[in-house]
Amino acid sequence: MRRHAGHFSLWEYLLFAAVTFAVMCLCVCLGSVNIPLGETLSVLGAAARELLGRGEAQSGVSAAIIVSRRLPRVLCVAMTGAALSLAGAAMQGLLKNPLADGSTLGVSSGAALGAVIAIAFGITFPGLPFAGTMILAILFAFLSLLIILGLAYKLDYSLSTNTIILIGVIFSMFVSSLMNIIVTFAADRIQHITFWTMGSLQGASWQNAGVLLGALILFGGAIFLHARELNAFAVGEDNARHIGVNVRRVKMILLITVSGLIGVCVSIGGTIGFVGLVTPHMVRMLVGPNHRRLLPASLFGGAVFLLLADLVARTLLNPRELPIGVVTSLVGAVVFVGIFYRTRKGH
Amino acid sequence: MLEVKDLTVRYGDLTIVDKLSFSVEAGQWLMIVGPNGAGKSTALNAVTQGAPYTGQVLFDGADVRRKHPAELARCMGVLMQNHFVSYSFTVEEVAALGRYAYSAGFLSGRDREDKDAVEAALQLTGMAEQRHQSVLTLSGGELQRTFLAQVFAQDPRLLLLDEPTNHLDLVYQKQVFGLIREWLKTPGRAVVSVVHDLSLARAYGTQALLMDHGRAVAQGSVDEVLSPEYLDPVYHMDVYAWMRHMLEQWKEMPR
Repeated sequence: MRRHAGHFSLWEYLLFAAVTFAVMCLCVCLGSVNIPLGETLSVLGAAARELLGRGEAQSGVSAAIIVSRRLPRVLCVAMTGAALSLAGAAMQGLLKNPLADGSTLGVSSGAALGAVIAIAFGITFPGLPFAGTMILAILFAFLSLLIILGLAYKLDYSLSTNTIILIGVIFSMFVSSLMNIIVTFAADRIQHITFWTMGSLQGASWQNAGVLLGALILFGGAIFLHARELNAFAVGEDNARHIGVNVRRVKMILLITVSGLIGVCVSIGGTIGFVGLVTPHMVRMLVGPNHRRLLPASLFGGAVFLLLADLVARTLLNPRELPIGVVTSLVGAVVFVGIFYRTRKGH
Repeated sequence: MLEVKDLTVRYGDLTIVDKLSFSVEAGQWLMIVGPNGAGKSTALNAVTQGAPYTGQVLFDGADVRRKHPAELARCMGVLMQNHFVSYSFTVEEVAALGRYAYSAGFLSGRDREDKDAVEAALQLTGMAEQRHQSVLTLSGGELQRTFLAQVFAQDPRLLLLDEPTNHLDLVYQKQVFGLIREWLKTPGRAVVSVVHDLSLARAYGTQALLMDHGRAVAQGSVDEVLSPEYLDPVYHMDVYAWMRHMLEQWKEMPR
């Protein structure tokens, strides 16, 4: 595929946004109770008008389901997908490795450990009910990244695919055993340990959506501002230094932003694996590896991917619901093998 | 232009480069030669701030450690011996990265000057036709020319090369060295390169630095340094006799 533009054009933004919006509408319509598209749109329109102070929201069962249940969930799913995908794209650029992702490296597990510790030991901040889990999840995501990369650099400076995978596996196992120890001692506090290991956005609220939006603007924005530096890292860290990138500073900023995104996502939805691996990989085939195009495309692509995964999780065994992480991991494992095969063949 | 004073690089207890001092002036091409393990590449890596060192590296009299990375990149450009690319960036995208130091910042798109510099670099290295090709599909020689285009687009005053043609066929060797010689003709520029091929050093260098066991054995003009007096003890052989013997193999070839 030939690529000319070095950036994401306006019509590409519009196209990707339109597709994302369409999938969101579909996800709001479908569920245990299917709501016709026309009705959904009219409820959404009325809600939007109310938000702008120009009308009243609709009442009724459909409106209640949409506004209080489906819409916050769909928004949280979309933004979690976008955030995880963006974090994955940033890590793959930074480490110059298409297999790097929060779940393959074990960063998500680390963040989950932080969240579990916060719950088990009752760490909270006054006035902010879920800030304790979130801050510990972010902190542990960052610490995990430092440990994993520190180990990886020590063992193999070139950060080859094998090293990354091995360290990720070992670190995840280590973290999950720690998590199980904590669960054994604080079983009463953590009833749904599977939530952190499988991931679910079943009870996502408007408050969660607000936090995700804030994280996307803050951390996602910082990643967007470093698209050029990510291109340089994706060509090679030494090369980045030679062309004048402040390697240390940029790396630190990116590690913090990636930890921020993963930490927030994990504290809200548990560890939803492989989103950051699958979407940037697919999007890269579509728009190329230039991060000025890859980042915005990953943002929308991640939202669409997780929305569809959530839709499958909700509707496949209706009225039972699968954890969303099961669906993403099923797809992710296949894509992972595919990428691994291609990189091993020297692609 | 470049002045290196008492450069020392240690890995643990091992001293790889030991109090190395040398300097390069505009118009010069300094060839760093010596046997394997002499510390040539490590010394170059330290000069480009890629390895921790003690001592001083001065560019126009100013310590390079105090320079901002982008400012340093406008002074010195580096061409490595190997490039391992993972993603299918185009030739033009890789070359355009060379302009990073001139337009650092998110909103500064490629302005005319950047575009012209990249275009000139692609033309000069003969990669213009392949500008939209993925770097994953290039041959070793084409890949090296792509990164040469990047460093030309970077427009530094000093070019540092680490065995730039080590894995390349003769034809690419000749091309790359020829291109660098052309580049050097613009006043105010200089080149430092690590080479193990003494014939290349003699053919293209103006100055030479002979290293052994991390230290400078001799430095000066190419003719002075690449003499039996210095070479034979370092390589433990009669270097001139060997070179003549190699050349003689070609005398009787029918044309």
